[in-house]
Amino acid sequence: MEDFFLRALAGGIGAAIAAGPVGCFVVWRRMAYFGTALAHAVLLGIALGFLLEVEPILAVFAMCLMLAGCLLLLERQRLVSLDALLGVLAHAVFAAGLVVIAFMERLRVDLIGYLFGDILSVGAVDLWLIFATAAGATAALAWQWRNLLSVTVNRDLAAVEGVPVERVRLLLLFLLAAVIAVGMKIVGMLLVVALVIIPAAAARRMSATPEQMAVASTVIGVLAVVAGLFGSLEWDVPAGPAIVLVASAMFAASLLIPVRGQGGRDE
Amino acid sequence: MDIAVHPGEIVTLVGLNGAGKSTLIRVLLGIVRPNFGEVVRVPGLRVGYSPQHVHRDSILPMTVRRFLTLGAPAPKARLEALLEEVGAGAILAHPLAEISGGELHRVLLARALLREPGLLVLDEPLAGVDVTSQSELYQLIATIRDRHGCGVLLVSHDLHLVMAATDTVVCLNRHVCCSGHPGTITSHPEFISLFGRYVSSTLAVYRHSHDHRHDALGEPMPLDSGASRTPKASGGRP
Repeated sequence: MEDFFLRALAGGIGAAIAAGPVGCFVVWRRMAYFGTALAHAVLLGIALGFLLEVEPILAVFAMCLMLAGCLLLLERQRLVSLDALLGVLAHAVFAAGLVVIAFMERLRVDLIGYLFGDILSVGAVDLWLIFATAAGATAALAWQWRNLLSVTVNRDLAAVEGVPVERVRLLLLFLLAAVIAVGMKIVGMLLVVALVIIPAAAARRMSATPEQMAVASTVIGVLAVVAGLFGSLEWDVPAGPAIVLVASAMFAASLLIPVRGQGGRDE
Repeated sequence: MDIAVHPGEIVTLVGLNGAGKSTLIRVLLGIVRPNFGEVVRVPGLRVGYSPQHVHRDSILPMTVRRFLTLGAPAPKARLEALLEEVGAGAILAHPLAEISGGELHRVLLARALLREPGLLVLDEPLAGVDVTSQSELYQLIATIRDRHGCGVLLVSHDLHLVMAATDTVVCLNRHVCCSGHPGTITSHPEFISLFGRYVSSTLAVYRHSHDHRHDALGEPMPLDSGASRTPKASGGRP
């Protein structure tokens, strides 16, 4: 097998490991649209990275964090609903990214690669960043697992029981931004949220506990990456969409499984 | 505005939607910081809180047992005993998303009791519960107060019918409108014939004694100015 294919495989698997458990929280907390909005900051991040000469993944990560920060601050105003706010900011930063890139004549950007992913161009530095994110996200989630679950079910109750609610929420945003930054390399900004959400949604039917769902989500993500990549090699179709399509098929198949963790089947 | 809950005392907070009940509760719980004023707590006070809503979505696989131990781990025997105490029965292994509204209130109460609280704060524990179950829950809360000796702060949207064991009712409409002791309704024959003696014994009528009324914007104004609708309530004679 070619080197670039092995790097793609490793990168995709790493991204799926990073996205699996974080995706569960995105699904549980209904943050799908929030994630989509964050992903729209990718192009502006790429332009920023070029200007400051930093790794694209790091620059995208920083830009996603900045957008998340803006959203958090603006969420407190009551003038515009959060839903409308997400729609406004997401498309504003997306448009800004396109315009800034058009201005930068020295920058030759493969737009399609950023929109739909360019997994076959994963390099050594990318691999490092992807696996650092996967390890960091897994460790951070394990560390704050109970608190995160508690805040997910009820913020006020968690606060009364001594959970540092704001810090826990920020941690989750931080991890989501990191996952989007590495996932965008694999499946592109338009599909990155699919890599986060679909495996988690597909994992629900085979899980009786939150932990099982996090693990199942990771496994499904990894399987989708492997199958999608080989499928793209076999039939010469773009890898990112192939991965997302496989994950979607797995989600559809999961609907045929009777639900676990219902009707008192736990324990 | 001034509100105090002493050990073993039951304070019921009543008021219409938007009266500021939830905000006041959140301030007392320390979730939001007040713009002015202060919250004084007995040092080392543990608070058990039962929120009005919890996010229960079947996309999150979570059993009642798991929910109860989200705050702190506890042995299974203790959880079973607690569920027994709040009258929820053997539902530890049931999914949180599938238990009934009444069961959920009891489970929330159990989670609050798990902390061995000195103060129990219950935000509308009767929301969506029928009258008979309401009176059972009231009875349960009174029993818990007697057994654990904790203070209870109860929020209710019902302006007139309050828990019979209430020591003080505080009526809120962006400020304390009035407060006082509720009167019994057990002597009210019509009520008894409607709901039976058991239900009637757990409920009490609170007579509001406002010395002002509120205009359309909710601003307080003197009783005699203007005509028409007055929020002054007369909730049956004790």
